Amino acid sequence: MKDNKFHFDVIVIGGGPAGLAAALASNEKGAKTLIVEREERLGGILKQCIHDGFGLITFNKTLSGPEYADRYIRKIKEKNISIYTSTFVSKVEKIGKRFILTLINSKEDVFQVNSKALVLANGCRERTARQVFINGDRPAGIYSAGTAQYLTNMMGYLPCKNCVILGSGDIGLIMARRLTLEGAKVIGVYEMKSTPSGLSRNIMQCLEDYNIPLHLSHTVTRVIGDSKVSAVETCRVDENMKLIDGTEEIIKCDGLILSVGLIPENEVAENLNIEIDPSTKGPKVDHNFRTSVNGVFSCGNSLHVNDLVDYVSESGKYAGEQAATYEVDSYRRLVDIIFDKKEFLYVVPQSIDLNSIDKDITIYFRSKDVIEDVKVEFYLGDKVVFMKKYNIIKPPEMEKIILNLKSFSVSNIDNLNLVMSKIKEGV
Amino acid sequence: MEFKKITCIVCPNGCKLTITEKNEELLVEGNKCKRGIEFGINEIKNPLRSIASTVNTIYKEMPRLPVRTDGLIPKSKIFNVMREISKVVITNHVDINEVIIENVLNTGVNIISTSSLVEILKEEYPNGG
Repeated sequence: MKDNKFHFDVIVIGGGPAGLAAALASNEKGAKTLIVEREERLGGILKQCIHDGFGLITFNKTLSGPEYADRYIRKIKEKNISIYTSTFVSKVEKIGKRFILTLINSKEDVFQVNSKALVLANGCRERTARQVFINGDRPAGIYSAGTAQYLTNMMGYLPCKNCVILGSGDIGLIMARRLTLEGAKVIGVYEMKSTPSGLSRNIMQCLEDYNIPLHLSHTVTRVIGDSKVSAVETCRVDENMKLIDGTEEIIKCDGLILSVGLIPENEVAENLNIEIDPSTKGPKVDHNFRTSVNGVFSCGNSLHVNDLVDYVSESGKYAGEQAATYEVDSYRRLVDIIFDKKEFLYVVPQSIDLNSIDKDITIYFRSKDVIEDVKVEFYLGDKVVFMKKYNIIKPPEMEKIILNLKSFSVSNIDNLNLVMSKIKEGV
Repeated sequence: MEFKKITCIVCPNGCKLTITEKNEELLVEGNKCKRGIEFGINEIKNPLRSIASTVNTIYKEMPRLPVRTDGLIPKSKIFNVMREISKVVITNHVDINEVIIENVLNTGVNIISTSSLVEILKEEYPNGG
């Protein structure tokens, strides 16, 4: 074929942990694979996550972000995998059974590549100040936690010396410690909810170790400052997250760091009219990570925001394998997993393809609230085929269960349910 | 008898440990694995932590090289170790996991690089098909 150079089996969009694992798995299955990455280097956000704690599940070792990424990048370079870095995807179309991507970079200018399958591994973005309704002035000194992390760890600039952190997400907690280590004072972490958003271990090792106060049920309502932040106004909130009048407090500071949540990035998915789940804000997928558009797979943080990179890699690997091996004309029998929104924040995958249950099926979920002594059951029709008991389930800590449906007859099954229920005391 | 409640930081599980002193012996409860016992006892006797930071380099492609301790250091020495790390300027092509400071402040722990300047300064990716 004359345009062989631009002709692929699988194109992976994004060269972070999900994309790297997807590309490796796809290559392993014999598919001609391309990674498109908009940054200069592969590794995604891991490049700036210099703290350790990565890879405990995958490598049984605690690594820093760059080390975790390095293990995958080295493997990628050994394989015959094509990579375009500093390259943007400007357009994605599906023409017939193939995907045509228009790419832009400084070397090749505007050009097109095409493939049989597409893996979306675009990652996620941070919520901004405007998305959490902070009022007041708009001076310099308001950073997302990720930006503060980039400036500190990649550039070596300390973004502020006396700061307030809004939100107790993991990146915010990690940055509280990081800025403290670099000599800044973190006045406090303010969290609107009555429970922390980040992992318990990060509350301990990032805040308690450094005596950084955590103010639960508090938020920042206003930023004060002309050219640079000079203070913020904080306020208590009640159990319905309504501001409590008269509890406002002005806190002098030179920076406000926001760690108020992450949202899957799905511009490419939207271009292809892929169905999005409003609770994950990522594509709806079946257990093979196939989206609503045939040939498009989604993984990592663009599918749903994970708390551990190990899970990101795991979904990338599986999506990559599936993208490499899926049959274009295969017929899926999708049945949605039904759950109660009062119990679960979300469940991924959103459906199971009952035509392909020959392998173990992994289900990820987050609970709606912190809840103790519960069991989670999976119903195939009206039969319980899985049960697990939990001492405690917390929304910040994603849970994972593995189903084996191989031995069940599914021909008459048209409903699947995930149910959480309290274990009665004394039973 | 004295109680202390702490969160184990060995893995993301974050077990809630209760440490009790009984006849001069420390008892750890609430741990899901063995590592929790060691962590709990250390937390009372001599709390240990690992730290990660960056060191200066002379390369504009990578102005900061990430580093970490290759073992645990006493919690009380964290800021002293940070001071040692901040003195370093990298002037050669360091690879990943090379020793940057050997036996930092006699802790028996090295400061090692966690990224590869060699790879980054090579900057070659097999572009295209």
